[in-house]
Amino acid sequence: MTEQTYAPGTYPDLPPPSDTVGPIHWLKVNLFSSPINSIVTLVAMYLLYLSLPSAISWLFIDATYVGETRKDCAPEGACMAFIGERFNLFVYGFYPAELRWRINLAAILLVVAGAAVLWDKMPARKHMIKFAMVYPLIGAWLLSGGFFGLEHVGTHLFGGLMLTLTIGVTGIVFSLPLGILLALGRQSKLPIIKYFCIGFIEFIRGVPLITLLFVASTMLSYFLPPGTTFDLLLRVLIMVTLFASAYMAEVIRGGLQALPKGQLEAADSLGLNYGQAMRLIILPQALKISIPGIVNTFIGLYKDSTLVIVIGLLDPLGIGRASVADTAWLGLSTEVYLFVAVFFFISCFGMARYSLYLENKLNTGHKR
Amino acid sequence: MSEAQSNSTTEKCIEIRNMNKWYGDFHVLKNINLEVCKGEKIVICGPSGSGKSTMIRCINRLEEHQQGDIIVDGTELTNDLKNIDAVRREVGMVFQHFNLFPHLTVLENCTLAPIWVRKTPKAEAEKTAMEFLERVKIPEQANKYPGQLSGGQQQRVAIARSLCMRPNIMLFDEPTSALDPEMIKEVLDTMVSLAEEGITMLCVTHEMGFAKKVADRVIFMDGGEIIESNTPHEFFDNPQHDRTKLFLSQILGH
Ligand SMILES: Nc1ncnc2c1ncn2[C@@H]1O[C@H](COP(=O)(O)OP(=O)(O)OP(=O)(O)O)[C@@H](O)[C@H]1O
Ligand SMILES: [Mg+2]
Repeated sequence: MTEQTYAPGTYPDLPPPSDTVGPIHWLKVNLFSSPINSIVTLVAMYLLYLSLPSAISWLFIDATYVGETRKDCAPEGACMAFIGERFNLFVYGFYPAELRWRINLAAILLVVAGAAVLWDKMPARKHMIKFAMVYPLIGAWLLSGGFFGLEHVGTHLFGGLMLTLTIGVTGIVFSLPLGILLALGRQSKLPIIKYFCIGFIEFIRGVPLITLLFVASTMLSYFLPPGTTFDLLLRVLIMVTLFASAYMAEVIRGGLQALPKGQLEAADSLGLNYGQAMRLIILPQALKISIPGIVNTFIGLYKDSTLVIVIGLLDPLGIGRASVADTAWLGLSTEVYLFVAVFFFISCFGMARYSLYLENKLNTGHKR
Repeated sequence: MSEAQSNSTTEKCIEIRNMNKWYGDFHVLKNINLEVCKGEKIVICGPSGSGKSTMIRCINRLEEHQQGDIIVDGTELTNDLKNIDAVRREVGMVFQHFNLFPHLTVLENCTLAPIWVRKTPKAEAEKTAMEFLERVKIPEQANKYPGQLSGGQQQRVAIARSLCMRPNIMLFDEPTSALDPEMIKEVLDTMVSLAEEGITMLCVTHEMGFAKKVADRVIFMDGGEIIESNTPHEFFDNPQHDRTKLFLSQILGH
């Protein structure tokens, strides 16, 4: 190679040396950077070679995607026809078929409301946020009806994916504000508020969710005045929300404690009152720090919604279990659980990716 | 002496009478008596742990005192939140570690309090903020975040942020001691120009050059007491107390 010389100020932009870019370089750095790394790579490739072809042929090549009964399915492949057959059950539970449009509409509106909250480039976002604020009421009305001309649908007919989403969205929407209040209350100078919050958080954290769900399904009626009926799903929603809010409170408390004391002092010294200081200065920063923990709690809550099986509500997993027992379609548990797993994975992975996006977006470079 | 002193009326801006403060059993501030007139510049110095920060933080109630009276601009500081908020609106404070709000831009840092506390319309608050950012010579940084600025620039933003509330009194708690030497000057220059405009200033600092240049009075604290209070001229050339002499010899010694 010849050294070329340039007059000062005329040095051109040169491409990077060829051995630091390109696929070969990528392989070298990522897969074969050291002897141990190379061995791991080779072992992993061998395992993939053993498992992948059979998995692919089971799931795709030999699989049967359309069919009426178990007999239509090729024995050596996945019987996905069954999933298709039961798809509506998985999605809508036992909701009356002629009213399923209400679930669809609620889902579409949920996407709109969710986009308004989560996506800051949403057109007319200010108004859409207002819509998102009232969405929980609209959603509840659409799903269970009973007012303004919508036929009432009992919550015992809720099931499948829509049940998971109902529990998950309700829990997420209400546990965050409740968790914020609990976290702030825990720091209160007023002993009553402080010890109430500590007691609540520690009690809820100290009891397994299953226990709370049993309490919701059976014992709560002892505490309520006799004769009052209180919808089972509503009780579950309350319990799940309270449960998540206790964890949320602790996650947010971690964020609050990570803030330097000077932030509140600066806010105070400028004359902001407590509410303004929290809303404008402390919480935006504390919540930002807490995003990974908050999303973690959301994901946990979302998956914990499968526990409602124990009190007789059928979420996708519950429906999957019931389907596996169907004599016309025996021996299909792998397909059913795979389907349920993929469904949960997609939702939870989505939340995790969103949290990363949010962290990057909110990063204002003050961590220098 | 500075011009402000000759202009200053005898109107009292801050009155501290027989003020005592404890942290638990620890008596941090002992029988503090201090009167500050409108437009006066006061520099407070003293060894570490002598209670300087605690004292000026009592003036805007970042710390609570247990005994005695503090009256700021005619408002007595009690547990009444209304009084506290009223005092804080009139008193600006600049901290050693800037305490800018990292999630807001420089401009938003400056407009936040005027908009929410003074209910100034946003456009007007931004205009004022730009004027003050120009005063501290960093208007071009308005849309950056604090994390993208140097320490000296951050401290000047913090000064501008306080000024945007148009306070009558400014408190400074060691505004330059977290800064590299080359940045100290830019912050001190800002403070000198501020002093020349006649605002009442209380400044905890060990920058003796600054004290000589702008202070009307220098206060020396030790062990939670005000040991000596005098004009800079007398204070530096003719200190009365042994502890003051010792302190001055240490601080001017290097
Ligand atoms: N929150 C607190 N609880 C208990 N003691 C405290 C607290 N804050 C300060 N002190 C003590 O009070 C004394 C005075 O502190 P202060 O911060 O006012 O000193 P200072 O003169 O500003 O010192 P420095 O020059 O180091 O800033 C110190 O001995 C300190 O340890
Ligand atoms: Mg101090």
